[in-house]
Amino acid sequence: MARIEINQSLCKGCALCTLLCPEELIKIGNQINENGYFYAVFTENGSCKGCALCAKICPDVAIEVWK
Amino acid sequence: MTETRDLVKGNEAVAMGAIDAGCLYYFGYPITPQSDIPEYLSYHLPKVGGEFVQAESEVAAINMLMGAASTGIRAMTSSSSPGISLMQEGISYIAGSEIPTVIVNMSRSGPGLGGIAPSQGDYFQAVKGGGHGDYHLLVLAPNSVQELYDLTILAFELAEKYRNPVMILGDAMIGQMKEPLLREPPGEIHEYPKEWALTGAKGRPQRVLKSLYLKDGELTAHNWKLHQKYETMKESEIRFEELMTEDADLILVAFGSAARISRTSVMMAREAGMRVGLFRPITLFPFPEPQLTAMAKAGKRFFVVELNTGQMLEDVKISAQGNQVDFFGKPPGALPTPEEIFEEIKKIYPES
Amino acid sequence: MSEKKIFSRPKTLKDAPFHFCPGCHHGIAHRMVAEAIDKYSLREKTIGVASVGCSVFLYDYFDVDVIEAPHGRAAAVATGVKRARKDKIVFSYQGDGDLASIGIAETVHTANRGENITIIFINNTVYGMTGGQLAPTTLLGQKTTTSPYGRDFMQDGYPIRMTEILATLEGTAFAARVAFTTPKNINMAKKAIEKAFQFQKEEMGFTFVEILSACPTNWGLNSIDSMKRVEEEMIPYFPLGIFKERKAADVL
Repeated sequence: MARIEINQSLCKGCALCTLLCPEELIKIGNQINENGYFYAVFTENGSCKGCALCAKICPDVAIEVWK
Repeated sequence: MTETRDLVKGNEAVAMGAIDAGCLYYFGYPITPQSDIPEYLSYHLPKVGGEFVQAESEVAAINMLMGAASTGIRAMTSSSSPGISLMQEGISYIAGSEIPTVIVNMSRSGPGLGGIAPSQGDYFQAVKGGGHGDYHLLVLAPNSVQELYDLTILAFELAEKYRNPVMILGDAMIGQMKEPLLREPPGEIHEYPKEWALTGAKGRPQRVLKSLYLKDGELTAHNWKLHQKYETMKESEIRFEELMTEDADLILVAFGSAARISRTSVMMAREAGMRVGLFRPITLFPFPEPQLTAMAKAGKRFFVVELNTGQMLEDVKISAQGNQVDFFGKPPGALPTPEEIFEEIKKIYPES
Repeated sequence: MSEKKIFSRPKTLKDAPFHFCPGCHHGIAHRMVAEAIDKYSLREKTIGVASVGCSVFLYDYFDVDVIEAPHGRAAAVATGVKRARKDKIVFSYQGDGDLASIGIAETVHTANRGENITIIFINNTVYGMTGGQLAPTTLLGQKTTTSPYGRDFMQDGYPIRMTEILATLEGTAFAARVAFTTPKNINMAKKAIEKAFQFQKEEMGFTFVEILSACPTNWGLNSIDSMKRVEEEMIPYFPLGIFKERKAADVL
């Protein structure tokens, strides 16, 4: 059981995390943050393995991972 | 106890002064007529625990100096005119980042490759900026081997005092000639606080040395701060030498090698019964403007002698505030003789 | 079983949002360099050298002492810092215009002297800060704001391979080219950057890591297509790998 937390303010919606998540748990949402970016949203459904690839590819160090 | 003087070449006196001032690092590139400085230091710096690095270019040398000096140690470079031109970018950054450094220009002649003969054609470059931006070097102009040694030691101190690059402006004549030198190292090196030095952010906040200021108003404030520093230099650091100026009707104004020759001309004029004196700026920036202005107001006339077509002349004219200023210039190729200058004195010496 | 944080911001990175464009790889590179500094507990003895370009704000992100070098001169500045403070860890972080064009002399000679410093080199085939002009690493056919018809070797020569050049020099202890295109490549990049700092710690000589990076803004591509371009167009010309790794026994 693992999970991630995306810092909405830091996210610039580049979507690289959505590309790397093997479980396809991250999507770009339809809300914008204070900088005007559609930010990434994590769907917690119990299948996150905590591989942290999303965090490793995030250019804005906006993702933290728990396991 | 008798004082022992050694017969020393000007360039070597600079190198000795650097070592006695506690300079530990030298970065440079060979160029005539100053190569004795790197040669001497490549031999002697390792003996005092320092290092000599022959850079791939003057561009690299000035940047190595910037890096080394940013850590709070004493370091220097030297070169001659074309090499100093290459360093101008780095000098501007060093001035903007306020890193204490000593830069020696044993100038040769230009423009371009010019020649290796003595010249004072780099006055504007040294005194008025040289690189981009609104900054000044503190510029010292020695005229003897002893002064090369003494002013090199002073240069390191002033660099740290003001967190500013200091330039020693000599030329092929001063650097290449030999004179007796009394080598008296300063007893103790004054330690200026170095809260800016990059030593690793251990137990303190990060330190940054930079010249980029993009936030609203930051660069304006930085420029005014630098300006204030230059104003303080003008108040506290003007240095000059006077010879028989008190009763003089005509005062020769010359620096460095031109002042050496002019001194003889002044003596010739005195022997001929003319009241002629010599004023020799030792700091070219800050320029001894107040002193010259005071003399101008007292009715003295100035006669500027330079090894160029008229550069310091402009600063003397500003100082003279409208009084007549005569000029004798000798561009590189042949040095003026004392007789030549004396002939000029006779032409312009005020009658009555 | 209690939950543990297994991935978070490295200590050496300040808590400041990057100014980089969305999808720019500078942020990934910054994080990995900070992680390497953390891994060997080097933060308090590290002095960074910022270059000119998008990476100039190094000091806004890294919580270490930093000096800002003139354009292209970071390797020379780093040389001076390291010579004066041999007990410090010194790294510069430079883009392709800075390192491979205006600063190539300083780069090559710093490597050749075997200066015990680390250079992180960001190759994104374009000038970023100035608005997408031709870089020495711009690929053949690539359109930039100063190669509007595409880079033509008759006009601009071929893209320069810095890692290969530097690997030929005796002073170079470690030279690698990495990218962030796949999980495998990301791990390789992290290891290469760590190795560079480890080598510097062990005084092995000059260390160099070239990172193939995306510049979505100046490429006119989105982040994902930019990542594809690194994989499909850059890697074939700029192959990944370790091009030089000195063994301790090699040090004379």
